[in-house]
Amino acid sequence: MSALIICEDIWKIYRVGDVEVQALRGLNLAIRQGEFIAIMGSSGSGKSTLMNILGCLDQPTKGQYRLNGIDVGHLPPDRLAEIRNQQIGFVFQSFNLIPRTSALENAQLPLFYRGLSLKEQRFLASAALQRVGLGGREHHSPTQLSGGQQQRVAIARALVTSPSLLLADEPTGNLDTQSSQEIMEILEELNREGITVILVTHEADIAAYASREIVIKDGQILSDRMTKGRSQVVEA
Amino acid sequence: MPTFVWLTVMTALRVLGRNRLRAGLTLLGIVIGVGAVIAMVSIGEGAKQAVQKQIATMGTNVIMVWPAATSVGGVRGAQGGAVTLTVADAVDLKKKIPLLSDTAWMKRDILQVVNGHRNGNSPVNGVSPSYLSIRDWTFSKGGSFTQADMDSAALVALLGQSVVDELFDPGEEPLGAIIRIRNVPLRVIGVLSPKGQSTYGQDQDDVVFIPFTTAERKVFGTPFLGSVGGLYAATDQAEDMPEAVELIREVMRSRHRLQTDQPDDFTIRTQVELGKVQEDTSQTLTVMLMAIASVSLLVGGIGIMNILLVSVTERTREIGVRMAVGAKRAHILIQFLIEAMTLSVVGGCIGILLGVLSARLTTVIAGWPTIISGDTVATAFGFSIAVGLFFGLYPANKAARLNPIDALRYE
Ligand SMILES: Nc1ncnc2c1ncn2[C@@H]1O[C@H](COP(=O)(O)OP(=O)(O)OP(=O)(O)O)[C@@H](O)[C@H]1O
Ligand SMILES: [Mg+2]
Repeated sequence: MSALIICEDIWKIYRVGDVEVQALRGLNLAIRQGEFIAIMGSSGSGKSTLMNILGCLDQPTKGQYRLNGIDVGHLPPDRLAEIRNQQIGFVFQSFNLIPRTSALENAQLPLFYRGLSLKEQRFLASAALQRVGLGGREHHSPTQLSGGQQQRVAIARALVTSPSLLLADEPTGNLDTQSSQEIMEILEELNREGITVILVTHEADIAAYASREIVIKDGQILSDRMTKGRSQVVEA
Repeated sequence: MPTFVWLTVMTALRVLGRNRLRAGLTLLGIVIGVGAVIAMVSIGEGAKQAVQKQIATMGTNVIMVWPAATSVGGVRGAQGGAVTLTVADAVDLKKKIPLLSDTAWMKRDILQVVNGHRNGNSPVNGVSPSYLSIRDWTFSKGGSFTQADMDSAALVALLGQSVVDELFDPGEEPLGAIIRIRNVPLRVIGVLSPKGQSTYGQDQDDVVFIPFTTAERKVFGTPFLGSVGGLYAATDQAEDMPEAVELIREVMRSRHRLQTDQPDDFTIRTQVELGKVQEDTSQTLTVMLMAIASVSLLVGGIGIMNILLVSVTERTREIGVRMAVGAKRAHILIQFLIEAMTLSVVGGCIGILLGVLSARLTTVIAGWPTIISGDTVATAFGFSIAVGLFFGLYPANKAARLNPIDALRYE
């Protein structure tokens, strides 16, 4: 099993005026291909900061982050965009769908930036929507969908490029229990198919879907343990 | 890339369609700017062409020689001036300057023209037969007089259309009729095709032509035979004109025995120079138009920039999402540039339509000639694209430089 993610002594320091906020303080982390990880920790502990770095949306102030063997810490913005487009899928707490744009077009977005033909974009995006159980809702706009459905569109958008890594920062934070379970079942299935899933959550029953639980406190890893999970980690 | 551009244009149109009122108000500047330019250029071009047509009615490649101190429009005043030009000058010019295809001479007076109980005052021109061909007069009825008529000082006349209209009843045949000028009976042998107004607003068709000899011996009663009001010469080729003008000046100066320090006692004009006055006027008009165009396009451009800045701010999160899923800076830049250009092009097209419409209306209502050239429309279109590009650049660049996380967090 290969290491997908290697973080070595990652620091993230924000400067707001004269105040220095150390959001991550010398964090070390290794994640293998195919893992299902839940990151937990109190508010302000640095979970989102870590996710942003893992997702190549942000870069560490200090330390080295390797994704698939590439040191992404010092890549130019356009190269990072390429990596996000090809290897990473994001699911946000607030869905972040493009308003007044159909589910299909939202799911097409990453392929659009990949430069695929419209036909290919539509074909792959509608397959992704099928997969999250939204077949037939292609032409609904976000306002015409429930929160759970919107999050499923967001998942479809994340998986349409067949990424190796799916990052979900509190994906169920805005959803009721029923919808949360549905979303988690989808993530679980994607993981079973080989996608590495990292999710941030505050809820134990959501974290229970994962096979490894990492707790962060003050920008450092407090505990990192394998849990039984609801399913077995697929050996790749 | 083509798929990307095409889809981006579709997205841009949809975004604009969503905020129709806002887009419409933004477009207003461009619409008015482009519309005004199209309308005014069409009117200006129309006027210019009308003037050029009028200048062409003077005949092609014509060189005019008048006694000195006679203004451009003052042919009529020539008979009061010093007698400095003669038939002999004209004949000699033709003989000495092979470049000249022909020369002609004329003498003019305003006299009462009578047909039966009807009469009116018209310019009566005594001319050599060559005058009519040099000045491009053609006939709607009958024909010109001949060299024989000239030699015998025949009592014949050619009438302009306005004179015919004034002296003859509708349906009355002017050809063969006998008119009287200073009680000299003259037989009408030709009616001239109308030329319309001159550049100075004179009715060129209010004119009577009689043989020069008839004029000086029988009608005008000139004390000094052979004096003329003006000389005319023509060249076959337009490019020979400047050389011909210089040769005429030399011959005239030597014929008039002028010392090198003496000024010319004659004035030489070509219709090219007459046209220049008009060109200067239209140049002024063009400069004014450019000023109006620049100001309205500037205002329109600033409008576009403003609305785009608002749009970038409103859609910061969307930009963040796009970046998160893999949009590069160039993608975001192009997206907003295309939105800007879509705005300006839509505005430009509406402006072009409006401009063409108002030009047409001007023709229909005011009767002014207008010309809508493809060049004008293409230029206006090009300018609207350029305005969108130029004023879209700043907001688009601002969007492209956003940091993905800050954009995603934006509330
Ligand atoms: N852009 C920023 N500028 C300054 N400080 C920041 C910025 N982003 C995060 N921080 C700080 O870094 C620390 C970690 O923030 P982070 O968002 O990672 O917390 P979190 O674990 O995701 O919390 P929550 O569970 O509430 O989402 C916090 O103290 C926060 O105030
Ligand atoms: Mg967070």
